[in-house]
Amino acid sequence: MSDWKGRGLSGNRIPGTAALAAALLLATPSAAGEPSEADFHAALQALDTQKFEQKTQAIEHLGALGGPRALEALEALAKGRLYVRKSDGRVVITERSGKKYLVRDAASGRSEAEASKRELKKVKVNNRLRRLIRGVAGRLALFSDHPKRRIEAAENLIKNPDPEVLPLFRQARDRETDDAVRSNLEIGIAMLELEADDPALRRAAATTLAETSDPDIRSRLEHRLRSDAEPDPEIRNTLHAAVEAIDRKLWLFGIAENLLFGISLGSVLLLAAIGLAITFGVMGVINMAHGEMIMLGAYATFIVQEIFRSIVPPELFGFYLPAALPAAFLVSAAMGVLIERGVIRFLYGRPLETLLATWGISLILQQLVRSLFGANNREVANPEWISGAVEIAGGVTVTLNRLCIILFCLAVVAALAAFIRYSRFGLNMRAVTQNRSMAASMGIRTGQVDALTFALGSGIAGVAGVALSQISNVSPNLGQNFIVDSFMVVVFGGVGSLWGTIVGAFSLGIVNKFLEPVSGAILGKIVVLVFIILFIQMRPRGLFALKGRAAGD
Amino acid sequence: MKTVSKLMAALCLFTGLFAASEGVRADDAIKVGVLHSLSGTMAISETALKDVMEFLINEQNAKGGVLGRKLEAVVVDPASDWPLFAEKARELIEQHEVDVVFGCWTSVSRKSVLPVFEELNGMLFYPVQYEGEESSRNIFYTGAAPNQQAIPAVEYLMGEDGGSVERWVLAGTDYVYPRTTNKILEAFLKAKGVAEEDIMINYTPFGHSDWQTIVSDIKKFASAGKKTAVVSTINGDANVPFYKELGNQGIAAEDIPVVAFSVGEEELAGIDTGPLVGHLAAWNYFMSVEDDQNSEVIEKWHAFIGDEDRVFNDPMEAHHIGFQMWVQAVEKAGTTDIDAVRAAMYGQTAPNLTGGTAVMNVNHHLSKPVLIGEIQDDGQFEVVWETEGVVPGDAWSDYIPESARLMSDWTEPFSCGNCEKPGS
Repeated sequence: MSDWKGRGLSGNRIPGTAALAAALLLATPSAAGEPSEADFHAALQALDTQKFEQKTQAIEHLGALGGPRALEALEALAKGRLYVRKSDGRVVITERSGKKYLVRDAASGRSEAEASKRELKKVKVNNRLRRLIRGVAGRLALFSDHPKRRIEAAENLIKNPDPEVLPLFRQARDRETDDAVRSNLEIGIAMLELEADDPALRRAAATTLAETSDPDIRSRLEHRLRSDAEPDPEIRNTLHAAVEAIDRKLWLFGIAENLLFGISLGSVLLLAAIGLAITFGVMGVINMAHGEMIMLGAYATFIVQEIFRSIVPPELFGFYLPAALPAAFLVSAAMGVLIERGVIRFLYGRPLETLLATWGISLILQQLVRSLFGANNREVANPEWISGAVEIAGGVTVTLNRLCIILFCLAVVAALAAFIRYSRFGLNMRAVTQNRSMAASMGIRTGQVDALTFALGSGIAGVAGVALSQISNVSPNLGQNFIVDSFMVVVFGGVGSLWGTIVGAFSLGIVNKFLEPVSGAILGKIVVLVFIILFIQMRPRGLFALKGRAAGD
Repeated sequence: MKTVSKLMAALCLFTGLFAASEGVRADDAIKVGVLHSLSGTMAISETALKDVMEFLINEQNAKGGVLGRKLEAVVVDPASDWPLFAEKARELIEQHEVDVVFGCWTSVSRKSVLPVFEELNGMLFYPVQYEGEESSRNIFYTGAAPNQQAIPAVEYLMGEDGGSVERWVLAGTDYVYPRTTNKILEAFLKAKGVAEEDIMINYTPFGHSDWQTIVSDIKKFASAGKKTAVVSTINGDANVPFYKELGNQGIAAEDIPVVAFSVGEEELAGIDTGPLVGHLAAWNYFMSVEDDQNSEVIEKWHAFIGDEDRVFNDPMEAHHIGFQMWVQAVEKAGTTDIDAVRAAMYGQTAPNLTGGTAVMNVNHHLSKPVLIGEIQDDGQFEVVWETEGVVPGDAWSDYIPESARLMSDWTEPFSCGNCEKPGS
């Protein structure tokens, strides 16, 4: 009991919380009735103090006053956007706009003259205050007009159950019209009613909670069981059943989660490897500079982003990613042509020399980028539309950027497969790789096809760089992190086979993710590597070996 | 043939000139070796330290050098290659005959150069927080020891302000620094009464980029109804994807705070810190601390480097302090002789850029303040807690039984880095 009561700065540590809750009860339903501006102003100014105790009281006071502007001020405070203007000492809400700050008076909500950082002093918060604000703001948001905000408030209660606010939440539930919000509120209330005096309420609560699949709720149910706090044996049975029901669901979700993570890892591997499947798989060039093609793509993304930052209106900023795709493709493809025409074409049929030469090229490219952009990571922002996560069910979340990469990866593979299968160039490419001299005697300019094939492989690596910039570091070392994995995927899948690469990437990803929770990340990697070595012993040509004449040489 | 002989002549002339100029410089300049990786994986962190050494030497020369002689930086690039660190250290001491070396970042590079410095009796200033359990006669450790970073950070989180944390995730990269630090932390937590099942330890390889499973495990571990925090000794490139995954999976600092020991202003430069506001880091220095001396140094640094956006971080401050102490010690000793300078180092003081005074102790570690900062949305830290005064660095941890007995004191008559405490 005591282990959660102290949480969220609620409970008995801060005197007057009970009184405050009572005050809230009276105040909140009439939230439309604004407190007078003078009162509100005084409450706000009280935030301008160095002492956290005083700040705590000021926040509680603001919460008790209520109203949308109090909510706005509290949220700005939690986000670190509440400042005090040095000239007149008034508390203002700011919005960063380049080097300047757009300023709004927190008490009146009026927009005022812009200010520079020097003219403002930040109202400091720490995690403890943020938690308090979340609780206070959560109570205010419970009566917000936006269902999304009300759901957040209800979820906050589930995370930080506080018996003081139970009456408030019951009231909110009775007024609630939106089904989704209502069911969230029901769960939050049920968590608190587990400790109600009325056995009927407790039984109902246990039944409600059995429907959920949240590990937080499970641990609370289990805690209730283990501490022998439940006197009624029948309800104890219901609790048992609820824990078991949640466990079953969590087990299923665990598998689903691993599968999902595996697919996501697989798609990253596939993206990194697909360009190599062409340069190494189709052309047979051991291209150690493949990783650097990915890196160049990521840096091209960075440059496009910077261009968008400086000349495109901010609301269109999110579109820099699609715009970066052709740019990254062209940059990496151009570099690919350069490498192929400049170095590799003299080394066909000499794999060891190719390996050494391309490794040298990879070092040169890394240092070149390091000299041009510096050794530091470059920030490539996640656009708004791919930030955050979607919760699929019961704590199984997949982040949006990973979801986008899965889809993007599938699109790239489909486009590439179609291109090789149906286009004129794809036909030439296949002809040259299958039988070079025959293709040449049919009038295909093999040199040109080589250059373009290498460009295609490199360009696709560049496009992969755009995607990888969203989840990884954009640094000169970006490519190195992926080169070993890429080779692993291509060799495992079968050199020369696009399908092999796809199946190889996804199976390695999924195996890795099922191993990781059991063995840890490091051992998991080792196990996968050993597995591949053994596999290659048995099937030297990988999963999908090419058959026929090309396979012979 | 003619061109060849011409070329040879030019070459001879060139090398002759070069040797001559070397000769002149060797006579009057004091040579300062700079041993930081300018290429390879560690270049991301170490390049800035090379820059700061050039900045400090430039400043000192503007003040007239040391002992009336100019300082000259000898910069070599060990390329993030640990054995190469040892070779380059030997090159600096034997060929370039430097009087002092400022260098290294990772513990493995320090371990690799240590025998060279001891064999050739060199002097190394090592500026990075590290795992302790070491004290060499030839190395001055200007970064934090575990009791100046890890232990105070954990104590802060245990306290009311830090959220009274009861459950701990120790996540680190798989090498010597995180493993030793986590060993110390685990012993410390257990001494504080934390149960075995409330500690989760997780290691990942260098450059780990897929954090989905681990972040999701942390979430599950935290749902046991007890306040949970993550202590991160994740190093280098792996941090960006780790923090991105945290932000995207919606782990707010109010729920599960992450305190990091290897993430500073420089590392945050590559991340959008919006979703990370409130996560913590423990250092002895933050760029954002408002202090006249701090802003003066930052201003000069920006003027020197010609870029207003360059950050100044904890290891850079450590070099700032170490360099200042070395200059004072050389002036006190009146010579650059290693043994004389070493003897003059003990008790040297230099102002911390965050206020107060750093002192060099006889165990070759500094007394420095400990600061805990929360990440802000502009990529800087805001100090939420700091020690009252300075904390003396402890080479041997009190929480590992076998090293609790050891002590380090390099002054006569004790003069030992890892001997049993007298009378224990």
